[in-house]
Amino acid sequence: MQIKPVLVALKKHRLATLLIALEIALACAVLCNAVFMIASRLSAMQLVSGVDESSLGFIQLGGFDPKSAHDLNARVVAGLGAIPGVQAVRVINSVPFGPAAGAFGVTLDQAGKQFRGVPELYLGAPGTPEALGLKLVAGRMPGAEDYQTVLEGYLPANSNVLVTRVFAEHLWPGEDALGKTFWTGRNQFRVIGVVAQLSVQQYDEEGERGAQWTVFVPVQPGPQLAGTYLVRADPRELDRVMVDARTALAKIAPDAVVDHQQSDTLPALRTRFFQADRALTGMLVGVIVSLLGVTALGIVGLASFWVAQRRKQIGIRRAIGATRGDILRYFQTENFLIVTFGIALGMLLAFVLNALLMKFYELPHLPLYYLPLGAIALWVLGQLAVLGPALRAARVPPVVATRTA
Amino acid sequence: MGTGTDFINTRVDMFGYYLDLAWRSLRHHQVLAALMVLAIALGIGASVTMLAVLHNLSGNPLPGRSGVLFHPQVDPRPAKLSGADVEPPDDLTYIDAVNLYQLGIAPRRAVMSSNWLPVRADAPDSPLAMYTDRATTADFFAMFGVPFLYGAAWSAQDDASHAQVVVLSRAMNQKLFGGGNSVGRTLVIATKTFRVAGVIDDWNPQPRFYDVNGGAFGKPEQMYLPFFAWLDLPQDYGYGPMNCWGNDPNAGTHDPRVQQCTWAQFWVQLDTPAQAADYRAALVQYSAQQHQLGRFQRDPDVRLRGLLDWLDYKRVIPVTVRMQTWIAFGVLLICLVNTVGLMVAKFLRKSGEIGVRRALGASRRDVFAQCLIEAGVVGLAGGLLGLPLAWLGLWMVRQQPVSFAASAHFDPSMLGVALLLAVLSSLLAGVWPAWRASRVAPALQVKSL
Repeated sequence: MQIKPVLVALKKHRLATLLIALEIALACAVLCNAVFMIASRLSAMQLVSGVDESSLGFIQLGGFDPKSAHDLNARVVAGLGAIPGVQAVRVINSVPFGPAAGAFGVTLDQAGKQFRGVPELYLGAPGTPEALGLKLVAGRMPGAEDYQTVLEGYLPANSNVLVTRVFAEHLWPGEDALGKTFWTGRNQFRVIGVVAQLSVQQYDEEGERGAQWTVFVPVQPGPQLAGTYLVRADPRELDRVMVDARTALAKIAPDAVVDHQQSDTLPALRTRFFQADRALTGMLVGVIVSLLGVTALGIVGLASFWVAQRRKQIGIRRAIGATRGDILRYFQTENFLIVTFGIALGMLLAFVLNALLMKFYELPHLPLYYLPLGAIALWVLGQLAVLGPALRAARVPPVVATRTA
Repeated sequence: MGTGTDFINTRVDMFGYYLDLAWRSLRHHQVLAALMVLAIALGIGASVTMLAVLHNLSGNPLPGRSGVLFHPQVDPRPAKLSGADVEPPDDLTYIDAVNLYQLGIAPRRAVMSSNWLPVRADAPDSPLAMYTDRATTADFFAMFGVPFLYGAAWSAQDDASHAQVVVLSRAMNQKLFGGGNSVGRTLVIATKTFRVAGVIDDWNPQPRFYDVNGGAFGKPEQMYLPFFAWLDLPQDYGYGPMNCWGNDPNAGTHDPRVQQCTWAQFWVQLDTPAQAADYRAALVQYSAQQHQLGRFQRDPDVRLRGLLDWLDYKRVIPVTVRMQTWIAFGVLLICLVNTVGLMVAKFLRKSGEIGVRRALGASRRDVFAQCLIEAGVVGLAGGLLGLPLAWLGLWMVRQQPVSFAASAHFDPSMLGVALLLAVLSSLLAGVWPAWRASRVAPALQVKSL
């Protein structure tokens, strides 16, 4: 197929060509950025919590008298533990995707000079790391002697803690974290074990805290740690166990109120946590579909119009020897050229749009490989849209040449 | 057609004639016309959806009162605080809240905060449940124009005497007392007995300007308690979101009266610009005095924003809404570019017809007007089809798990906006194609017929 005659013909319709190319350019820019945003939402939703989510549930009680904390904890742990199918009940301050329970600025020195960010702390009673299903990669799990009673405030003065691999690497890049210490205010932490993963409770991508910036502090339950429980059960029985647990709590703890919002299985808490991301993804898919639809309709409309306008010329070409395939390929080539102009302009626009989004909405850089992907999508769309009108053009009989328009 | 009236009549007649022509032309090219209408409808549907959301989110929460309500801020933070915002904190420390509350030069003022508390009806075996509350002072209700169903607000005397009285929302009154006049009945709130002083009607200003800590588009509190009696409650359910500085991260979690935590909101009513100026001077004087006492380390740095300025400063409209509005207008733009392309094609298709009209004496202006009216008709049709799409779009926003979902409703004023936007944008899209059509040389076209 020769390109030159197509170009010459397009020159006669500069304006319409330019407009379709512009539309494709805009569609290209939006398509690349929207797909990129969808991809980043989907990858955010892959957040690894590091715990056995499908086996775990969380219970939060409120409204009880802190003076009765010891008694309440004992009643709940015993009462929930008696529900058939429950494998473990542990007092814990929160769980991944649960309520934000405590973030503390930490420093590497007691004087508080070497500030190293604000991780989230998990506080849990004996057996909690095992019930969560944390995977140890170095050191040891806390032993019975590591679970201390907190006499004042929220934390023991000195504790032996677990940190995640990511947070250990953040505190001491390239070094072995075991045995090292860090501080929050007057409280000292000593690392006894490193776990593979344990994600924060409410991860905020725009915040400074990394998704795995967590510390597990072993403590004995008490007034500072009460009313929030981890329940472990077989994944197949978890839903039923959590329903039973909420019912049972009315009898076990009549002096407290179950927070139905927060008391749920971890899979349910996870689903809720990513609800907004899913909604945004759905909206972006809608935008992409409608944009591509409008663009395709525009191509169909204009190509149909051109075919109708050129019936006589097509007839003449057919009469002097062009095959149907020649006519078909003519319109396909024409569309390919227009879409290519559009894509060339669209790549520039995609970067401008990405720069604007980065400036105002703190979006990351658009990776380069999105551009060829967007280009291929638009080429395919263009060819599909032009196929109908082009086939109609190919069916124009040579005899048209002999008639007056 | 000598007189001016005739001329106008002719113009009106011509307008009608052009409308008729436009209608015939569109019916003649049904597929092209349908594509154009569909494209405009889609663009209008998307952009009007987001305009409606934006319009509802950026409304005035208290029309008629917003002009006299002010939000005072002072800066009690240490002189050196790394990474700190240059603006003073939004909320006040307990000490500043009480001091400013007692300053008493504003006609009305209210200090407030919020949390949630366990409540049970004052009867044996009634179930305990958590309710959200706003702890505030007497002027809150009059200052913000809160409507009462039964009873009335508590008095300043009640504030001073730490009286255990409560004002219920209509919904909570429905739940606890079946919706009747419950004034004088009692409740147990966090182990203490409170007497119902009043029940308010549904009241939920959006954005919820007086406390934007938990987002500005949430649900209203379920009950209102006197601030100082609330502070006396024995148990610790937090004191609203606290913002603390200094070395001890535990500070404030149990004692709201510490120096280094801000958590109380404060609003004043100032009826005249003179009062506002006096109040600002008083804030500066207060800061200077606290500086002398050694409490404030910084030089006086005060703010006294009006309600609407405050909302502006807090940028309460969620980022996602602004982003989605841009996306919606991007869709409209692409739909319009699409329409321009189709219109160029369509008008040029009519070159022969236009040539005849030109040869018969129509001026370029006449042809231009005719084409533009056709574009306008397309726009109007697109707008009419876009309205149900916008309605659908708003329904979809309401299904989203976002706090502002409830404010995504169709405002009648949006009807006009949608049609106007549709017609204007299609006219804009039609200008260039119409101009091109009006350049058609009569002779050439007539010859080719």
